[in-house]
Amino acid sequence: MSTVSHIFRTPPGGVRRGERMVFWLFRGATYFVLLCGATVFLNIVIKGSHTVFKAEAPFINTTFLTQAPESLYIFEWEGKKREMGDREFRAFKEQNPAAAKVETESYVYSAGGIWPCIVGTVLLVVGSMTIALALGVSAAIYLNEYARDGAFIRFVRLAILNLAGVPSIVFGLFGFGMFVIYFGWNVSLLAGWFTLAFMVLPVVITASEESLKSVPKGFREGSLALGATKWQTIRKNVLPYALPGILTSSILGIARVAGETAPIMFTAAYVVRDKLPWDVEKFGDFFFQGVMALPYHIYVVSSKIPQNDYTERVQYGTAFVFLLLVALIATASIVLRSRLRNRYKW
Amino acid sequence: MVIATPEIMETRRAAPASASPPSAGKDTIVDIDHVDFFYGATQALNDITLAIEAKKVTAFIGPSGCGKSTLLRCLNRMNDLIEGTRVARGTIKIHGVDIYEPDVDVIELRKRVGMVFQKSNPFPKSIYENITYGLRLQGRSDKAKLDEVVEKSLRGAALWDEVKDRLHASGLGLSGGQQQRLCIARAIAVEPQIILMDEPCSALDPVATAKVEELIQELRSRFTIIIVTHNMQQAARCSDRTAFFYLGRLIEYADTRNIFTNPANPQTEAYVSGRFG
Repeated sequence: MSTVSHIFRTPPGGVRRGERMVFWLFRGATYFVLLCGATVFLNIVIKGSHTVFKAEAPFINTTFLTQAPESLYIFEWEGKKREMGDREFRAFKEQNPAAAKVETESYVYSAGGIWPCIVGTVLLVVGSMTIALALGVSAAIYLNEYARDGAFIRFVRLAILNLAGVPSIVFGLFGFGMFVIYFGWNVSLLAGWFTLAFMVLPVVITASEESLKSVPKGFREGSLALGATKWQTIRKNVLPYALPGILTSSILGIARVAGETAPIMFTAAYVVRDKLPWDVEKFGDFFFQGVMALPYHIYVVSSKIPQNDYTERVQYGTAFVFLLLVALIATASIVLRSRLRNRYKW
Repeated sequence: MVIATPEIMETRRAAPASASPPSAGKDTIVDIDHVDFFYGATQALNDITLAIEAKKVTAFIGPSGCGKSTLLRCLNRMNDLIEGTRVARGTIKIHGVDIYEPDVDVIELRKRVGMVFQKSNPFPKSIYENITYGLRLQGRSDKAKLDEVVEKSLRGAALWDEVKDRLHASGLGLSGGQQQRLCIARAIAVEPQIILMDEPCSALDPVATAKVEELIQELRSRFTIIIVTHNMQQAARCSDRTAFFYLGRLIEYADTRNIFTNPANPQTEAYVSGRFG
């Protein structure tokens, strides 16, 4: 067979080998990325799940998910090693006065849980996304539906794109200078909301504009030809169809808002706070209080306290809960988006 | 025949009304007088003068780029949506009102001058919502009244029997021809006086086209219909009057029969006999 020479044989030279090498290069790069991602995720999930889940019923570490952080005390008592959170240890000392003199090691934030951080992060995400969507969608409607294309509008678009490239720490400093100091809001939810909202605005505006653009012109013309005003047309016959696309962009925004530490470390986040956010005297105070937040808590427990087996639990546990929370919010938006998509298909 | 003049389109300039051209007869509903129209620097219409009679079907024919769609879109001011367009000279009067006067509310104009587009554009809503869209905009929400209008409009568009069992299904689930008839139903639901049709059958197969043409015949007793078409046979089949345009000029405007059997202008003759276009 091979001795027969025919015209469909691979010609001599390394061309085909080069093809295969290129193919393997790309495949290798993809697998490498996958490996990195898997390492990060599995590391957090495996170590974190030791903190979040436990072997006996109810299988979930409810203390970790529902309590505030406490200091962890470790001491020897009657020959056994004991670990106790701050409150538990105080109660223990009252029952056993002798324990007051016992020698203890203590680690801050390593007992109790991260409930206030979960609450704080959810509040920050909800508030800042509300502001970002309200401002961003309005701006996108103006740019895409009302504004006449010209030098000024091109400049506005350029400015928005540039805003997307500003490092988040700069947004943090801006928020600190503008909202915390100049407006006098102090370290507060409100200051954090606006800082985070400004950070995701470029993403929201750009994506909203794209999804408005993708609504066929025929829907606008058809509506206007029936005697609709411009705003009626946008409200009833453009915006509803653009919403799935806008939500897609906001899903990306949610992940960023929830994850960024730099913008909130000067504007909204407290290292520790005993009261929960709804524990306020009057309603107005709600907006002017700082909160704990998951990313900032991870930063604090990972860099501000000594590393050992006891503190690692809370570090990985927090990171794991954080990932779950972002996944949960993103899933909710994806479900909402696909519902909307099914309602309006064209 | 008396067509009630809506209040908002009252004739304002009583004195110069006598200046209307002699072409404007008693039944004239649309009176186009020496109109020049520009897209930016490009002139698309050149000195068009044309009077369209009420409750007749008027066809605009001509090769691509001759300005027939442009003229149609001037009549409900859809061209306003395109930047840089302007009527540079002349007037377009509907019911005697110059529709390019600054005090004409374009929304009120479009309620009375409906439009059906080349590419059928049912909204991605239910059939029912498509039909009631225009009425809901006007704030009508009386369920019984809306139901009545939906049935009447769909019957008017010869679509009722095909869709009566699925009024709440999406309008996009219909076939191409049904979608176009849905758009016609949607247009007649707001009771316009004039319906503009911009090549309504260009995307339809012959069977669906026949149905739409049949529908046009039924609608002519209630509405003034102006139809732009590429298809000369269509103009011959369903219009009373035909206007032939070429390179932005009106070449000939006469009874359809005359245009097709005895055209006065050699260019018209060349076009309708298929020698160019």
